[in-house]
Amino acid sequence: MQAIELALWSDRLVLASLAVLSACLLTYAASAALAVRSTGRAQVPVLVGGPEALLEGSAPPTAEARAQLLRSAGTWLLASGAVLLVAAVVARGLAAGRVPWGNMYEFGLTASAAVAVTFLGVRRGRQVDAVAPWVVALVLVLLGVSVTSLYTPVDELVPVLDSTWLVIHVAAAIVAGALFTVGALAVLGQMILSRGGREGRGSSELGDLAHTVHLVAFPIWTFAVIAGAVWAENAWGRYWGWDPKETWAFITWVLYAAHLHALATSGWRRRAGWLAVAGFAAFLFNFFGVNIWIPGLHSYAGV
Amino acid sequence: MRTAVVLLILLAVAAVPGSLLPQRGVASDPAAVPLFYRANPDLAPWLDRLYLFDVYSAPWFAAIYLLLLVSMTGCVLPRCARLWREVTAPPPAAPRRLERETGHTSLTVPDAPAALAAAAEHLRSRRFRVVRTDGEVRAEKGHVRELGNLAFHLSLLVLLVGVAGGRLFGYEGRVAVVEGSTFTNIASAYDALTPAPLADRDGLEPLEFTLRSFDAQFETSGPRLGEPRAFTAALDWVTPDDSGTAEVRPNQPFDVDGTKFFLTGHGYAPQVTVRDGRGDVAASGPVIFLPQDQAFTSDGVVKVPDARPTPLALQGLFLPTAARGADGVDVSAYPGLVNPALLLTAYSGDLGLDDGGAQSVYTLDLDGLVEVEGDDGERWRVTLAPGETVRLPDGLGTVTFDGVARFANFQVARDPGKEISLVAALLLLAGLTVSLGVPRRRAWVRLLDDSTVEVGWRHLGRRRSADTDAAALSAAIQPVHHTHPESTT
Ligand code: HEM
Repeated sequence: MQAIELALWSDRLVLASLAVLSACLLTYAASAALAVRSTGRAQVPVLVGGPEALLEGSAPPTAEARAQLLRSAGTWLLASGAVLLVAAVVARGLAAGRVPWGNMYEFGLTASAAVAVTFLGVRRGRQVDAVAPWVVALVLVLLGVSVTSLYTPVDELVPVLDSTWLVIHVAAAIVAGALFTVGALAVLGQMILSRGGREGRGSSELGDLAHTVHLVAFPIWTFAVIAGAVWAENAWGRYWGWDPKETWAFITWVLYAAHLHALATSGWRRRAGWLAVAGFAAFLFNFFGVNIWIPGLHSYAGV
Repeated sequence: MRTAVVLLILLAVAAVPGSLLPQRGVASDPAAVPLFYRANPDLAPWLDRLYLFDVYSAPWFAAIYLLLLVSMTGCVLPRCARLWREVTAPPPAAPRRLERETGHTSLTVPDAPAALAAAAEHLRSRRFRVVRTDGEVRAEKGHVRELGNLAFHLSLLVLLVGVAGGRLFGYEGRVAVVEGSTFTNIASAYDALTPAPLADRDGLEPLEFTLRSFDAQFETSGPRLGEPRAFTAALDWVTPDDSGTAEVRPNQPFDVDGTKFFLTGHGYAPQVTVRDGRGDVAASGPVIFLPQDQAFTSDGVVKVPDARPTPLALQGLFLPTAARGADGVDVSAYPGLVNPALLLTAYSGDLGLDDGGAQSVYTLDLDGLVEVEGDDGERWRVTLAPGETVRLPDGLGTVTFDGVARFANFQVARDPGKEISLVAALLLLAGLTVSLGVPRRRAWVRLLDDSTVEVGWRHLGRRRSADTDAAALSAAIQPVHHTHPESTT
């Protein structure tokens, strides 16, 4: 197949995944609404008592069952969306004849796919459906922004980006970023569910998910930073130059290190959550803010 | 630990302003700080007093990371000692109230002492350190986690040494080399050289290279027309005991024993021959013109102090692909050599080179010069194609545009702390991976009576991950249940 055609296929697959993921979000929303209604009804007998309440008592299980059914349907849609996204990334790479992360559009596209796949990977065996809609919403936003305002047609890399270390560095950054994303959503979910000191439903599951994800993400991010330094040494002769992009990678790293320490510090668990969120914010700023607002050696990546 | 968290947060916050304000010796654009000064004349001196243009070498920044490292060392050394004691000591005895431990279970077995033996055997095969007494089995695994943690923290100190090595003994330089000419690695041959405080200026790596050719390729069509695609500089080099050829590309420096030459830019050097009023060759050869835009519209000057009767200077604009712009001004439309043209104006008089003051080779000091005028009384100007010769007015001489050479810009760097930093980084990564990936855990199996044993686990570290270990141990103690899972329910 010709490069042009492959690029077109990639674009079509992206549109298809946007549609599927939107459907997924709607399904999750419907499921959540049903679940809320079913728990709402379940409270009726306690509050009011009386014969009607007893009659209503048969409704909740079916509503709950339907909510459950919708949730699995949502998960299937999410999986399909992820498959479409991965295919889109692969097609884009084949069309360009290189790894598909040479500009912001491709980075956004690959990151969306990575977040979706990562979440599907880590949710297995855990009760963490509470964050699933938020993950999907985030992927939709990222994908939407990439398609509408970052879109760039396929072309070659400028010479300085054409390096094996780029591939390694960016691949690690994308994987770590996808994990950070899931981690941040899980931490936020946990903090919301456990507001006011209560261990709400599912909050400890979310906390556990966040912790595991961060323990995996931190070494990968460390590796990404080191690989970036090796690349910088290869390209510019110095492995660390406090370029804005490097600086924000460092800030991200230090904030996550602070997060991990805070988890081990008595009385700092909740603040630890905020540190993880701050680390994620620094990561996001590095991707969007630094590329758009701050000039530096990295800003040739073609916004 | 609270100190560590607070200092880490401080470090993160302190790093922020350096990414928002222009920095000296950091940014890709050396003019950024002066420009900021001009734009904010009131604010800038205050920011400067707070080291906000030198954040990463500021005393307050150093104070934060040094405090962090000191506090870290203070934390980690006692931990080293404790780890040593723990590794050399046998696994501790079971706590009296084993039922308080994680995953506590009581198991009914046909022969309790035999079950104890099986448990010890099983744990040993799982590479636990095991001690068996009459009444219990004590086991522990995962000390390597602590070792990883220590390696990680201590590697930060090694990293500091590596960074300091480069900051104290290294140097950076810049030099532009024209095709066909030779660069000798001595301090005076550089266009710019910034040695670290303790670097040896006279002891630069002995070496010499000639830029045999420079090749640049650009996108030839489509919306990205003119974007760079590939650069190659071909060198012939000589050192005291060897010689050879090398190709330098972006990401692919020329490396002589740790002194590295990085290709960071390129441009054109028009070859110009100037004959003076007496017909003698007063200047000849390529002259570096600095690129001004993506299409390599370049400008430069040719100084001819030896011309007689009067010294001459030419101010020029070089266009690799000349085209008439919309407003009637000549510009270059494409960075490659498609339709090269050299636009010149001329000056005569005193070039000011003898004053002793340093002068840029890229600009003219117009003070002692008069503009050369044509017969019409207008400023003399001419556009030349390669091979063309033009006569200057008033018998001042002739100018020939012989052809075009390219030049390559090299960024030169030597960082003697680099290898140490790399080793530190690898140690850091390995330590971190082990510290975060390996759980440390203890297990106890205790005889309750002839047919019952109890099992308890403790995780040292905050990750619960040993569920599979617990299941495997129970199965080893009570194999029946393993083969008939229904019977347990
Ligand atoms: C220089 C900056 C530092 C960085 C980047 C750093 C990073 C880390 C990381 C990533 C961990 C692993 C966290 C985990 O096990 O979940 C850790 C653990 C630890 N750090 Fe640091 N650290 C630093 C400084 C310090 C300091 C100053 C102290 C002492 C006050 C310290 C004491 C510890 C201790 C005791 C642990 C083990 C925690 C545990 O196993 O639960 N660290 N550090």
